[in-house]
Amino acid sequence: MATQQSRSAARWMMAPAVVLLLGWMLVPLVMTLYFSFKQYLPLRGGDLGWVGFDNYIRFVTSSAFWPSIQATLLIVGGVLVITVGLGILLALLLDQPMWGQGIVRILVIAPFFVMPTVSALVWKNMFMDPVNGLLAHLWKFFGAQPIEWLSQVSMTSIIIIVSWQWLPFATLILLTAVQSLDTEQMEAAEMDGAPLLSRFWHLVLPHLSRAITVVILIQTIFLLSIFAEIFVTTQGSFGTRTLTYLIFQRVLESQNVGLGSAGGVYAIILANIVAIFLMRIVGKNLDA
Amino acid sequence: MGSIRLEQVNKTFGDVTVIPSVDLDIDDGEFVVFVGPSGCGKSTLLRLIAGLEDTTGGRILIDGKDATDTPPAKRGLAMVFQSYALYPHMSVRKNIAFPLRMAKMDKAEQDRRIEQAAAVLNLTDYLDRRPGQLSGGQRQRVAIGRAIVREPAAFLFDEPLSNLDAALRVGMRLEISELHERLKTTMVYVTHDQVEAMTMADKIVVLRAGNIEQVGSPLELYHTPRNLFVAGFIGSPRMNFIEGPEAARYNAHTIGIRPEHIAVSADEGTWSGVVSVSEHLGSDTFFHVHDSGLAESITVRAGGEVGFRHGDRIFMTPREDVLHRFSADGLRLA
Repeated sequence: MATQQSRSAARWMMAPAVVLLLGWMLVPLVMTLYFSFKQYLPLRGGDLGWVGFDNYIRFVTSSAFWPSIQATLLIVGGVLVITVGLGILLALLLDQPMWGQGIVRILVIAPFFVMPTVSALVWKNMFMDPVNGLLAHLWKFFGAQPIEWLSQVSMTSIIIIVSWQWLPFATLILLTAVQSLDTEQMEAAEMDGAPLLSRFWHLVLPHLSRAITVVILIQTIFLLSIFAEIFVTTQGSFGTRTLTYLIFQRVLESQNVGLGSAGGVYAIILANIVAIFLMRIVGKNLDA
Repeated sequence: MGSIRLEQVNKTFGDVTVIPSVDLDIDDGEFVVFVGPSGCGKSTLLRLIAGLEDTTGGRILIDGKDATDTPPAKRGLAMVFQSYALYPHMSVRKNIAFPLRMAKMDKAEQDRRIEQAAAVLNLTDYLDRRPGQLSGGQRQRVAIGRAIVREPAAFLFDEPLSNLDAALRVGMRLEISELHERLKTTMVYVTHDQVEAMTMADKIVVLRAGNIEQVGSPLELYHTPRNLFVAGFIGSPRMNFIEGPEAARYNAHTIGIRPEHIAVSADEGTWSGVVSVSEHLGSDTFFHVHDSGLAESITVRAGGEVGFRHGDRIFMTPREDVLHRFSADGLRLA
């Protein structure tokens, strides 16, 4: 890459990829922005012209807007707490030498390979069904009234389903971090008189901080846009309508592309606010 | 205060016996060095004393009390690890304070001890830095500081200088020796470097395959090695071993003569040979002599100004009063 010639050759060779990626990102973004300033109702008259910021104002003033933001943040927050917490515990457990370690690790990672739609359906029909679900049988076995999971505690149910899907990811990342912990450090702490809990608090947790940061950042990006799990379970009812789902309803159920596009722009802004916020809190862990 | 006694201590990992059986007395205030080639079980033995490994059998007594089943933190020993094992996210001050915090010592006393240790180890200016910002030698001193503040009954060092460069190693060797003079605390030190062992130890324990080959002061080991292994391991460059008719002349299976106990001359001597390589160190010159009919290569030390070259035929005369005689099974003959 030293000579002038090889540098310009490299630029030419990279150009197709760069153009493709840029187009891939820019075209949808520009189209979303374009439609968000239009009154566009495909089944009720089509393109009805420019409307300025009307769509943006209508989207925010709708009674569904703030509850959808709240639902989104609740799901993201709940899943993060559960996956990071249980992920650390599982990673520590899986790090222990035991018989059949390889198989156990594959089993733990397995849920990640199940498609979101499938796993949500499995949970809905096999576990959370109030009549035939395994959980209903369990409740009945103890003589309790089965819970109607998806209608009575819909939010908790969705958080459980999504956490189940993302726990393997968190566990995997945290396990690699746990494995890289220096054993001599742990032994030094043991000789320094630190009991098990102190060793966890003063050594393991700080060591894991970078991995935890990575898990939180990556999961947040994906969790802000969860859709399939809600679509196949509650269809956005019982207070589980997230921002993504609200946009979907505006575009496809109300057939209002302009309003939905304005919602999409809000989603981009929300994602960026959350990202900046997270970077501020945990991003400094990535520097050290 | 800090005497350690091992009684028939043994250790096996699965089917592998690392330490068959070891009896050893370490007196209070002594500087004891475990030395041996890699894989000889010296680190395992130290870890058994520390309590980081459980003994398979035998007893460990610290200050006369049975500590075989005492957890490491309760043994009153402090250890300095080969990798230093500093806590990377804590400042130097917090690293040193960690054992004190764990012991729930009051803050004023903690600070007093940290300041004192930092002063002793020249770390006062670095107390607020992280280990990552320190050089190898400074990290080493932090690790020692973390051990000192606990005021342990004994210090355990596991090859603490092997990650340092040669110049720094000499400096730290002196510092640790000075520290021992000042604190008068028992120190157990593991190394594979016989120079460290010779220069620092009050008592050297030479280990091979988990067995103690010989215990004694550095000069005892140098002058009267008990067997061929110790004779070959202690001293640098290593002792020359000669077998065959020349050894038989001295009624031995093998004779050993150190390079520094052979005189060289250009025209007369007991043995002769051809110089293969001469290493000039300035103060000394080492000749590696071939074709002497005694052994494949004989190493000889001479003064710095002796200037034989490759291919020169030279004559060598051993000092018979410091000649070591060994029997066929490798033991020293009186």
